[in-house]
Amino acid sequence: MIKNEQLMIVSQKQIAESIYELTLQGELVSEMKQPGQFVHLKTGDGYEPLLRRPISISSIDNEKKQFTMIYRAEGRGTALLSAKKEKQKVDVLGPLGNGFPVEAAAEGETALLIGGGIGVPPLFELSRKLTEKGVRVIHVLGFQTKNAMFYEQQFSLLGETHIATVDGSYGTKGLVTDVIDNLRDNFAAIYSCGPTPMLKAVQDKFQGRDVFLSLEERMGCGIGACFACVCHAAEGAGGKSYRKVCSDGPVFPAGEVVL
Amino acid sequence: MNTLSINLPGLDLKNPIMPASGCFGFGREYSQFYDLSSLGAIMIKATTAEPRFGNPTPRVAETSAGMLNAIGLQNPGLEKVLEEELTWLEQFDVPIIANVAGSCEEDYVHVAREISKAPNVHALELNISCPNVKEGGIAFGTIPEVAREVTRKVKQVSDVPVYVKLSPNVSSIVEIAKAVESGGADGITMINTLLGMRIDLRTGKPVLANTTGGLSGPAIKPVALRMVYEVNQHISIPIIGMGGISTAEDAMEFIYAGASAVAVGTANFVDPFVCPKIIDELPGLLQKIGAAHISECIGRSWKQNEAIANHRA
Repeated sequence: MIKNEQLMIVSQKQIAESIYELTLQGELVSEMKQPGQFVHLKTGDGYEPLLRRPISISSIDNEKKQFTMIYRAEGRGTALLSAKKEKQKVDVLGPLGNGFPVEAAAEGETALLIGGGIGVPPLFELSRKLTEKGVRVIHVLGFQTKNAMFYEQQFSLLGETHIATVDGSYGTKGLVTDVIDNLRDNFAAIYSCGPTPMLKAVQDKFQGRDVFLSLEERMGCGIGACFACVCHAAEGAGGKSYRKVCSDGPVFPAGEVVL
Repeated sequence: MNTLSINLPGLDLKNPIMPASGCFGFGREYSQFYDLSSLGAIMIKATTAEPRFGNPTPRVAETSAGMLNAIGLQNPGLEKVLEEELTWLEQFDVPIIANVAGSCEEDYVHVAREISKAPNVHALELNISCPNVKEGGIAFGTIPEVAREVTRKVKQVSDVPVYVKLSPNVSSIVEIAKAVESGGADGITMINTLLGMRIDLRTGKPVLANTTGGLSGPAIKPVALRMVYEVNQHISIPIIGMGGISTAEDAMEFIYAGASAVAVGTANFVDPFVCPKIIDELPGLLQKIGAAHISECIGRSWKQNEAIANHRA
């Protein structure tokens, strides 16, 4: 169930260039069931900025009623958010959207998790949930440069982790696809979140397999009412059938929407 | 006693607060937050004869205290709205105002005739900000004669009262208001969004895929208020006011300006509970200003002036 609550900041710290890790606490956390969902945050108090900011959930601690987000302070809203300190409150609407299906991979099977940039965070909770039930995970994470990289250690603790940087400052030089081409495992499920060209490459590479893609789009309401974040559905492409990224997604099985 | 009830053509409103068209879908999303029966009315998303996908994305861009949108009237089309959305809304005790859009007079007439037959549709809201494809794409709402004509034709076929939603993107909104009144409109809703744009500093190109979009939110409130204030003094049909309303105080300003009821738009995106919050706060606000009933406040901004002027004369 979607709730609206003032959550308290437990911690906020910068973990890479322009990248922040923010942990909040409150009752709303008990509604978070699935990795890959997101929350809609008010970053200011008045009308500036006016709209909420959609930010993905990177980990959930139901016992402590805490959840963590990793976001890039890029525009006005996220810059304001990054200036908030411990004990301050943040207005949260969520959890929103449909996340990754953990059940697509069974115990003993292998899952491939592919993330690009600020698309990496939701894969962390997914990886935790998969490994919890005995799924072997392989992570392929892409960043622009070493300074923008985060959570390599945390992912490594859960499973094999490959890093690619566009400028070659760390790991494989190039894109995540350059790493994937060399992987020889048999994957029961492939999960991905990141820029659309990357998602498209993943979809093309693993045709006919169980692939789940998390999309990003500018949003208005975040709950499906405003039709801002609509994309074409694959059935009758270019036609009138559609999906709303916020409420039908953000995670879709590959092939369901036009990338 | 209900201090908030308002009677308008076709509409017995429990209170003067309703979500604005395009900011509430067909109500489904907001029904998970509160009982839609608590609303004065619901203005549903614009309906066209055929399904429309709308514009490419990005469809929204944020601006100072506002937002731009260029959704492009995405909707499932008349048939599905009648069969799926309006029937679903029947479970709530709330009058529906159906927003009707089209690209030629025939479209408006067809949609109005059919949708006005739905049992829970108590009024129509004509969206005359749409481009008229037969007149080179000039919006119906920008030329008085064209606005009057489409109003007159829709009035002939509608089973329920017809409200016309005015575009602020005109040189004289009073002239358009007078024209639709003479075309037989039962009421006016105003204002629609103000045309605007934003440019991406990195690319130097417009942010919206559609280049331009409609500005809404608190940023447009002063403009909307001024227009309601002016129009109310030149027509005798009621106004449902809108444009940046986010609080009970905002709503009261519009009522003072001359609106008989108000619609809340963009604020629903920021706070899904904004409509019931305003409804809860209005009685206290009435008490604070010393009014026994909301209707006493309608047009107080200029009616007082007039009363004073008459007294002096």
